[in-house]
Amino acid sequence: MVGGAGRVTRLTATVGGLVLAAVLILLFAPIASLWGQIGAGPWFGPGDLAAVRFTLVQSLLSATISVALAVPFARALMRRSFAGRRLVIALLGAPFLLPVIVAILGLLAVWGRSGLFSQISLDLGGPRLSIYGLGGVVLAHVFFNLPLVTRLLVQGWQAIPPERFRLAAQLGMGPRAVFQLIEWPMLRAVLPGAFLLVFLLCLTSFAVALALGGGPRATTVEVAIYQTLRFEFDLSHAARLALVQLGLGAAVVLLALGIARPTSFGRGLGRLPQRWDAPRRAGPDAAVVLLSVGFLVLPLGFVIVRGTQGLWAGPEVGLWRAAGISVALAGTSALVTALAALAIAGLVAGLPRGRGMLVEAAGLVMLATSPFVIGTGVFVILRPYVDPFAWALVVTGVINAAMSLPFGLRILVPALAAARANYGRLADSLGMTGWGRFRHATLPLIRGPLGFATGLAAALSMGDLGVITLFAPPDVATLPLYMYRLMGAYRMDQAAGAALVLLGLSLALFWVFGLLGGRHAHRV
Amino acid sequence: MHIAFERVRLAREGFTLQADVSVEPGTSVAVIGPSGAGKSTLLSLVAGFDRPDAGRILIGGQDMARVRPADRPVTLLFQDNNLFPHLTVFQNVALGRAPNLRLDQADRAACSSVLARVDLAGHANKRPAELSGGQQSRAALARALLRAKPVLLLDEPFAALGPALRRDMLDLVAEIRAERDMTLMMVTHDPEDARRIAGQVIFVQAGHVEPPRDTAAVFNSPTPGMAAYLGI
Amino acid sequence: MIRPLLTAAVLSFGATLAQAQNPILTVYTYDSFVTEWGPGPAVETAFEEVCACDLRFVGAGDGAALLARLQLEGTRTEADVVLGLDTTLTTQAADTGLFAPHGLTPQGLTLPVTWEDTTFLPYDWGHFAFVYDNTKLTDVPDSFEALLAAEDLSIVIQDPRSSTPGLGLLMWVKAVYEDRAPEVWAALAPRIVTVTKGWSEAYGMFLEGEADMVLSYTTSPAYHLIAEEDPTKSAANFAEGHYMQIEVAGMLAGTDQPDLAQRFLEFMLSPAFQTVIPTTNWMYPAALPPADLPAGFDQMIQPARSLLIPADEIPALKDAALAEWLAALAG
Repeated sequence: MVGGAGRVTRLTATVGGLVLAAVLILLFAPIASLWGQIGAGPWFGPGDLAAVRFTLVQSLLSATISVALAVPFARALMRRSFAGRRLVIALLGAPFLLPVIVAILGLLAVWGRSGLFSQISLDLGGPRLSIYGLGGVVLAHVFFNLPLVTRLLVQGWQAIPPERFRLAAQLGMGPRAVFQLIEWPMLRAVLPGAFLLVFLLCLTSFAVALALGGGPRATTVEVAIYQTLRFEFDLSHAARLALVQLGLGAAVVLLALGIARPTSFGRGLGRLPQRWDAPRRAGPDAAVVLLSVGFLVLPLGFVIVRGTQGLWAGPEVGLWRAAGISVALAGTSALVTALAALAIAGLVAGLPRGRGMLVEAAGLVMLATSPFVIGTGVFVILRPYVDPFAWALVVTGVINAAMSLPFGLRILVPALAAARANYGRLADSLGMTGWGRFRHATLPLIRGPLGFATGLAAALSMGDLGVITLFAPPDVATLPLYMYRLMGAYRMDQAAGAALVLLGLSLALFWVFGLLGGRHAHRV
Repeated sequence: MHIAFERVRLAREGFTLQADVSVEPGTSVAVIGPSGAGKSTLLSLVAGFDRPDAGRILIGGQDMARVRPADRPVTLLFQDNNLFPHLTVFQNVALGRAPNLRLDQADRAACSSVLARVDLAGHANKRPAELSGGQQSRAALARALLRAKPVLLLDEPFAALGPALRRDMLDLVAEIRAERDMTLMMVTHDPEDARRIAGQVIFVQAGHVEPPRDTAAVFNSPTPGMAAYLGI
Repeated sequence: MIRPLLTAAVLSFGATLAQAQNPILTVYTYDSFVTEWGPGPAVETAFEEVCACDLRFVGAGDGAALLARLQLEGTRTEADVVLGLDTTLTTQAADTGLFAPHGLTPQGLTLPVTWEDTTFLPYDWGHFAFVYDNTKLTDVPDSFEALLAAEDLSIVIQDPRSSTPGLGLLMWVKAVYEDRAPEVWAALAPRIVTVTKGWSEAYGMFLEGEADMVLSYTTSPAYHLIAEEDPTKSAANFAEGHYMQIEVAGMLAGTDQPDLAQRFLEFMLSPAFQTVIPTTNWMYPAALPPADLPAGFDQMIQPARSLLIPADEIPALKDAALAEWLAALAG
């Protein structure tokens, strides 16, 4: 499937090209189908302009703060050895995998008006905290993205050759000199890409903006799309907004590609480099680690405690059925993501640099697509031919898979390129081709990243509550939808229990797929 | 300067390094042995990047247990990554004088002088990537000269160079060592290197460190383990 | 593992055959109607006993999504009946031309208002109200004016663009204050902790203690009282009166089962359907004498006035009211 060192076999090119075309059709046909539909609203109203402005402001703030806080956190993790350090680094993977609806419950328990800090503030005679609005949206985004950026930086620190730190120790460099001469050059290379990634992820914020935005003041473009579809039922207006959102994403990507390429995801093990430059006083680093870990762990802790109480009270009968549907859906959709990403990555890894970058940029812009517009568009397209209910799970699975594809590509393209660069010639010289080559000379080398990409896609799909609401027949509920329906039936305790099950299953799926790849991982 | 390993033990994955040997002041010692035997670890112990589980390391009669790498009378050149890619050759060398790169007139003069000594006077403002492999090695050596520490440790720093270039580098090392009366320990794979500049050889195998012997004697009547390694 | 699977497949195939002999009636409704805790399962059993048909409920998101879904499908829809619109949406729904007159003369309606709509029939109703925790809130506002004046009170409401209670509050304010609505919203804005997408999020946040009061129904405390034996939730009784929500159903013009659809609408107003409503939908049934309500409902507050803007005036009001709301809260 995946061909030679410098060239791509015809089969790889064909398969990759077909998959790429299918993905592009899936993304753009729905916009086109809605474009010509009913709707007499303004082409681009003043409310839309406000939405664009708010979207840009919150993305900018979220990305800046995530990156700024991640630097001291990652630095402390990479120069201090302490008990539980590996656990902290493993924990960094969790928030990003967290279903948004679950994370919001946890964040409210800590930062809400009757949350932990409000109580402390009240006890001290202060006011209640109010996080609704820009502050809350940015807080939640930092919660999701701070650990992501920290992981990327930990990888950056790991990639610094250990001799650098030895040299610094031998030359007697202090912490400042080590930062200027060793760490800053790495950060300068890694930070812009990490910033871009977070910016793009926050650009399409929907659930967070709806829950914590506090009202129409905090409307992102994706929220505006939702309201347009719901209230005005102006399909062509929704299509226009979807294009505006895509345009914003594309502009940011083009702007940024000049400066930096987004950092690729990796599964850094967080091996601590041996170093001698850490200041003797460990207080500041310890404070940074404690505060950061507290910020990440407290909301999770509340979800777990509340959920355990909810489950203890006795789960509803539909819970396990919904969990089963979700696991099957997430697993299948993750496999589709993995296969599609593999096919496209096979094509990209063999392309000349310029064209490869173009495909990569397109993959990033996909982060700015609107699941609502895609879902509605697919519905409009399919409706005359098939019963959308009968295809609810298939459509949801495919759209979820497409939404995870950018992540899959970011992980697999570098892995395939490295495998090809290091062992492609060897495989060529041995005359390895076709399936045998893929099985023996490619798959073992990319197994780790492949497992990681699949696990990530599974967890993201597991927590998704978007497309399914448009299609789901009453007897088919995914776990997030089931949890939402429980909340709609006054059953908050059971909903908290369902949230815990959702959290556990998301992490378990990620872990299992990671294990499938990791146990046999070979270093490339 | 005298270097002594007193009943040193260090457990590592795959082997336990044991050393109870000493190196006389002003000598050149080649450390040879199979891959993974513990040669680099031996140098690391002297430089202070590793610490022994048991035993002591003395340099010039002083116990090194509590001395940080920067404060040891030692310069170690690595196989790779001796130079920062984003700094100029001049800055890389100057780090040997002032790790924060705040240089006064005297510092600059000293840097220029050692650069001239290794024939890199015209390359001061280039980045390492613009230099050839041999030139990179000489830049690293210039910094070692500038630091003027009495012990010089080389961990196969010239392994990537061609035979002629490597001979030149070894000769340069020998000259500099003699000028400053340094004690030299050099890890190498090639008996030729040892014959060229080292008066003595330490053989390391599976963590066991043999005491230094005269180079000529070693190659004429090797110990059984060494004979096997050399294929004699 | 293969044998049980095969058996299951054969059984479900047999079931499909058996059903194929019965006509299918497809009813679009909102999600919470069809969940295992909603009225759906009981209604389905009861109707299938008398209709010799297969009743198929289809949940299409929340109430506001129902109409959007129908518009999306247009005349190709498989729905025979739509159940779950309310009077703020009926005129807009009728204007789509997708609905047919019900052709019935409803008997025994117990609504506080007379019913004259020839397209839609009501099945339950309620009053919007602000619900609070009576163990925490002592100084309860007894009118809109008091709510506007209570500076330290916090409320959570729903977005009128995506939620029927949110739209109901918009109409409530309009019905009480008419042209003064913009200044009322401006005065209310500082009290509003957050505006949520739907009822579930708002109610959830209230239960988690995020606000003192939540926009819900006068009957919400009945759920806590009856299902959880928890008397701590109450609804505030406002002197200006409470806006009503009347939930309705209608049959589609393009249905292939017009007789069955009409029979379902008839059944909807019979005791078999109506007695299910109070403890599953937590609303007042539209055709059940108050004496037949379950114990606990008698403890709910009784508004002094029922407010309702006639359905045919809604479309002209709605856009302007929304613009006022947006201006007050987005500023």
